[in-house]
Amino acid sequence: MRNPEYLLVALAIGCASAGARRTETANPAAPAPPARAPVSQAAAESASVDRAQYPSTYRRHPNPPVLIRNATVMTATGQEIRNGSIVLRDGRIVAVGEKADAPAGAVVVDGTGKYVTPGLIDDHSHLGVYAAPGTDAESDGNEATNPVTAEVWAEHSFWPQDPQIPLAIAGGITTIQALPGSANLIGGRSAILKLIPARTVQEMKFPGARYGLKMACGENPKRVYGRRGGPSTRMGNMAGYRTAFSQAEAYRRKWDSWNKDKKGDPPERNLRLESLAEVLRGNIYVQNHCYRADEMAQMVDLAHEFGFKIRSFHHAVEAYKIADLLAKEGTSVSVWADWWGFKEEAMDGIQQNAALNQQAGGRPLLHSDSPSGIQRLNQEAAKAMYAGQRAGIPITRDQALRWITVNPAWTLGLDSIVGTLEPGKMADVVVWSGDPFSVYSKAVQVYNDGWLVYDRNDAAHQPRTDFQLGQVPAPGSDR
Amino acid sequence: MIAVLLAQMIAITGGTVYPVSGPKIANATVLIRDGKIAAVGTNVSVPTDATRIDAAGKWVTPGLIDGGGQMGLVEIGAVAGTRDGSLATDSVAASFSVAEGLNPASVLIPVTRIEGITTALAAPVGHLISGQAVLIDLDGATIEQMLVKSPVGLVVNLSEAAKDEAGGSRAGVSARLRRLLRDALEYERRKVDFSRGQMQPLSAAAPDLEALLPVLHGRLPLIADAERRSDIETALRLAKEFQLKLILAGAAEGWEIAGEIAAAGVPVLVQPLDNIPSYDSLGVRYENAALLVKAGVKVVLLETDTHNSRNLRQQAGNAVAYGMSWDQALRAVTLSPSEVFGVADRYGSLEPGKVANVVVWSSDPFEFTTGVEHVLIRGKEIPLKSRQTELFERYKKLPPTY
Repeated sequence: MRNPEYLLVALAIGCASAGARRTETANPAAPAPPARAPVSQAAAESASVDRAQYPSTYRRHPNPPVLIRNATVMTATGQEIRNGSIVLRDGRIVAVGEKADAPAGAVVVDGTGKYVTPGLIDDHSHLGVYAAPGTDAESDGNEATNPVTAEVWAEHSFWPQDPQIPLAIAGGITTIQALPGSANLIGGRSAILKLIPARTVQEMKFPGARYGLKMACGENPKRVYGRRGGPSTRMGNMAGYRTAFSQAEAYRRKWDSWNKDKKGDPPERNLRLESLAEVLRGNIYVQNHCYRADEMAQMVDLAHEFGFKIRSFHHAVEAYKIADLLAKEGTSVSVWADWWGFKEEAMDGIQQNAALNQQAGGRPLLHSDSPSGIQRLNQEAAKAMYAGQRAGIPITRDQALRWITVNPAWTLGLDSIVGTLEPGKMADVVVWSGDPFSVYSKAVQVYNDGWLVYDRNDAAHQPRTDFQLGQVPAPGSDR
Repeated sequence: MIAVLLAQMIAITGGTVYPVSGPKIANATVLIRDGKIAAVGTNVSVPTDATRIDAAGKWVTPGLIDGGGQMGLVEIGAVAGTRDGSLATDSVAASFSVAEGLNPASVLIPVTRIEGITTALAAPVGHLISGQAVLIDLDGATIEQMLVKSPVGLVVNLSEAAKDEAGGSRAGVSARLRRLLRDALEYERRKVDFSRGQMQPLSAAAPDLEALLPVLHGRLPLIADAERRSDIETALRLAKEFQLKLILAGAAEGWEIAGEIAAAGVPVLVQPLDNIPSYDSLGVRYENAALLVKAGVKVVLLETDTHNSRNLRQQAGNAVAYGMSWDQALRAVTLSPSEVFGVADRYGSLEPGKVANVVVWSSDPFEFTTGVEHVLIRGKEIPLKSRQTELFERYKKLPPTY
């Protein structure tokens, strides 16, 4: 969170958390649910219960078909089409190429001089759970009452009226993972959300998306619990994860056994162990906040011990030191372009982190962990790309675009649905005023599932939260 | 003897030179002698014994100046033992200068300067009166060698956070400041009585009252961190009442009263990429810097994350994206900070006689595609190395060699 207290000096940045781990398949994208399945299926539910749990009520917002033409279309599949076109209809991308015809009733957007990319995805956000204006009353991201709180769900904290949400939308973000903070060893479930104006978080929940489980290594849990019963050391951290997952194994066995014939009373539900058992079953992705290389290697072994995979290491400022190991594990690395030094475990951050992981065959991506950074993930990707190129690592523009689109989509298990511009994919699309890797470019239009959710040149498409009304000056106004 | 040892000429030739004090000059030479700029232009004859830096196709600018942060005063944010920018003992730390807290060996310094930032403000933080800020060059083995000017201003807090130092009300903050300023004047008038203990107690210790006198006499600027419009207006009011030389810092809602700030002749230190609303700054927006400049305010850009002071370039580029002209943005990270911090006779532009802080860029310094090719601080070419480049070199091929 930005601390506005002293403008001359930024206070130590918190840092959040997350880290993900994923399990089993090399092809993570679970059978892709239809992009607008009304309610998520088992992936988002618990295998131990058959009742609905806070189902998504997301509905696609109607929008006329759209043809964007004469633009540079960056598909994130290896193509950059000059004078290209893209057609969106009924929430889907229906055509991408050099020429495309406008469907009946289509709005035609002249993309001359403009660039088109997939909607950006931030797999590490605390929007809604650490909402602006940043008071204690809005501090809902860390259930710092126990080092293991796998039972809490970020969506139960998420405030859809957070005024940071429209700012992130204006930066071209279409999907986020809202995570609990990093105070706890196991902080709780994440929420995978379409970033749209909504009255309830249920209306934002990405249909069919799997939950993530936030875990955190290193300094933060030690600091928070060191004088509150522990853990107070990194070895204490490890013991904490192992104890929790050992309990989860027993819990899972108990339920699996009962589920075979469902005879007699079911075992007692334990919400904490239920989340962990779903990790063991491969239904929830571990998102693991972890900075140091040696600790990431410990967490990989922890995952091996209990038979799951870490989906992504978040922050991972030392990932470049073990890029070979992480590539082999198939764990993505969610990193910053250049944050470093705000604490000891962040001292070895270098600007080539993403590039070196790319070079090693890994799956890097840029994340924000920040309500400011989320507004310019494209700039963070640009910095990381050029840092690599200047150091002699031939990162392509397409690879850098993937760092903020399909790679985070993969980390959330949604890469078959979003993250590239391909026919059949969800129409999450950003039109940029110029090259998105230039500091001078801005998102001018953002389509989320085909809905024009933001237009820089049309006040009718510049959503404002309730919070902003009457107290935050509208863009372009002078109060 | 020392002068002889230092006698050295460097000629940066063939680049597009942005002197800032005047229009850009294509295919120009910047001649540097003994750490100073000797000549700039297209008709500069280069002595044969000068070291040449070929800048053909490159851009040449003054070294960038970060108008904020704590360079040299913090090493690891979360490790208190490495932080020296705040005095915990008193809410009025007027006599506290950060100068002797500076660490010339800080690893942040090479990380920052190899990206074209050559000079930075090092400012104290916290409390009601935080202390005295200094301006440093990002080179030098000793504090004395780093200092450009000390002090450059007295930092005072008029943001929401200051309320804790003044009973919990904004009105308490301004009342306490008024009393301090009056007491300092009283102290000055009656120093003898004060030393004999023949006065009612004053609201601060003698060294702190003494440190307020240069501010009260207009010799030292008051750098006031204020975000909310009403707090900015309070700062302007205090400056008028006591005839202070005011610099506003932050000024999130400054754009709302840009005309008043301009009319008062008060410069503003702004971080362009601030737009997250708090109750202290509900009107904060990216266009702040541009709107202030448009109204005629002298704006200095800053990056508050000291570890990423190098992102001052990104801040400036975004200031352009949100309405400043490119020339205005370059000025706001070179000549304007030099003027505001009182060193424009030596810093901020490429003019004969000025200190040779010069950067050669592959292209537009605000673009991500642009790399730094050469950095000179006081005429000395800086090796483009830092702890981070060493880490990269060690791990670019795995496994590393230890």
